[in-house]
Amino acid sequence: MPNTIKLIALGLVTLFAAMAANYARDLAYMVHAIIVMLVAGGLFLYTLRKTGEPVLATPKNEYLDSVVRAGVIATGFWGVIGFLAGTFIAFQLAFPQLNFDWLQGHGNFGRLRPLHTSAVIFAFGGNALIATSFYVVQRTSAARLWGGNLAWFVFWGYQLFIVLAATGYLLGATQSREYAEPEWYVDWWLTIVWVAYLAVFLGTIIKRKEPHIYVANWFYLSFIVTVAMLHVVNNISIPISIWGSRSVQVMSGVQDAMTQWWYGHNAVGFFLTAGFLGMMYYFIPKQAERPVFSYKLSIIHFWALIFIYIWAGPHHLHYTALPDWASTLGMVFSIVLWMPSWGGMINGLMTLSGAWDKLRTDPIIRMMVISVGFYGMSTFEGPMMSIRAVNSLSHYTDWTIGHVHSGALGWNGMITFGALYFLTPVLWKRERIYSVQLVSWHFWLATIGIVLYAASMWVTGIMEGLMWREVDANGFLVNSFADTVAAKFPMYVVRGLGGVLYLTGAVIMVYNLIMTVRRAPAKEASLAVTVPAE
Amino acid sequence: MEHYTFLRQFADSWMLLLLFAFFVGVVIWVFRPGSSKTYRDTADIPFRHEDKPATDKEART
Repeated sequence: MPNTIKLIALGLVTLFAAMAANYARDLAYMVHAIIVMLVAGGLFLYTLRKTGEPVLATPKNEYLDSVVRAGVIATGFWGVIGFLAGTFIAFQLAFPQLNFDWLQGHGNFGRLRPLHTSAVIFAFGGNALIATSFYVVQRTSAARLWGGNLAWFVFWGYQLFIVLAATGYLLGATQSREYAEPEWYVDWWLTIVWVAYLAVFLGTIIKRKEPHIYVANWFYLSFIVTVAMLHVVNNISIPISIWGSRSVQVMSGVQDAMTQWWYGHNAVGFFLTAGFLGMMYYFIPKQAERPVFSYKLSIIHFWALIFIYIWAGPHHLHYTALPDWASTLGMVFSIVLWMPSWGGMINGLMTLSGAWDKLRTDPIIRMMVISVGFYGMSTFEGPMMSIRAVNSLSHYTDWTIGHVHSGALGWNGMITFGALYFLTPVLWKRERIYSVQLVSWHFWLATIGIVLYAASMWVTGIMEGLMWREVDANGFLVNSFADTVAAKFPMYVVRGLGGVLYLTGAVIMVYNLIMTVRRAPAKEASLAVTVPAE
Repeated sequence: MEHYTFLRQFADSWMLLLLFAFFVGVVIWVFRPGSSKTYRDTADIPFRHEDKPATDKEART
């Protein structure tokens, strides 16, 4: 019976998508309609073939790990794609000839930049968050994921969102909102997937077998709930036609700008910070084999962070039409935010107290520790840059880009790599990672890559800011914009090289993880002793 | 009263007080007597049930 309903729904979607492809008013919409038609049609055939087959009972006494395994693979895959896109556009800025004539309109910097940001934040980071949250919530609730195959719907639904977003950018379907570029129907689809994600996560917590909800789950849950709210409010728009990708924002002017940066900064605060702190609070204790330094501090950390982060957005709009009081509010809250951030950093680092020797022998813990270090560094730099006077120098310059990347590459990237190195042997039941030496290589390549990136962006950012405001004795501006572009060339090359190192490290990681699955000694032998056959 | 002014005044006074009181309440709650023992146990959650979910018999309440 459920299969019949599924078949009817899939058939209708396929038919509607075929009509949409026919009536499409623009190319991006047509391509998307064809993608949806093929996916829904394929699912229709798949469901049809399965109908009538006996359904295997789901094992109650096992965790649902297959979806986490798929998430680990997707994280590695999208990570390499996202880093590759970033490195390429870094070189496009240094060498404009790389905006090839034959790719005009599809492969130039303006089209590839949102592809890069969405690929690393939402495809790499998002898959890492979904996979680790599914892993962590099961272990810390001592319960199998709620909702059966709903977790698989979340996984594949999210991949479809990524594919629609990415192809849309290349074909020009964008609503031009930072980190929220996908057009209306992609937003609607993500909303459906996200509600399913919330249901799976919350359902598992509700049926937990532990009296307390472990702190990592608090962070993951706040990430899921807040991102849902941010996504819906930021994407209130009216489609021009149901057969086209264009839409019009409901809010306009400074209200629209404030909504955009309320979303934009809390995407950093709840997607890239709260979610990844959930990872930190599980994987660092696991890898260090000791509980978190202070559980009390972790609770205060959580409430302080979510109470303060939500107000920090206006610091993106200093010296604009935004009222002064709002921009001062954003600035003050950004500075106050320093305290919970560093409280969390101290909690993560001090978890190693008594086990500092592991830093010498275990490159995976080294990776996690440097990620927390970068978290501390970028959460110091951020509040500083939010101060109005500092912002007047740093805003619109490459300093901002450097700041974002020390957080994204250092904190988000490194903690994810650490989690992937931890998860792969566990999920594929291997004794250990294939090569510890390669982890060390990855660690140093990534670290040196970030240092090159951040240092070159500091230099070029401050230089650019000073050149823009330089006036001569008569009050005329000394430098034209093109002068700053020419002066930035050497730093752009260094930044690109930093990206190459970081990308190389990620490729080494993917090789190491594949070899762990294929070559590392299996764990079955030791499992047979500890786990009786059931 | 105008909608904006009302919301603005409410946010500046009662809501601010409520949020602040909630936060202070959380901090006091965290340091309540006997919390250290509870939190030691909670902090150990990641080290239980690594391979399999808890059975009904093992469930802790």
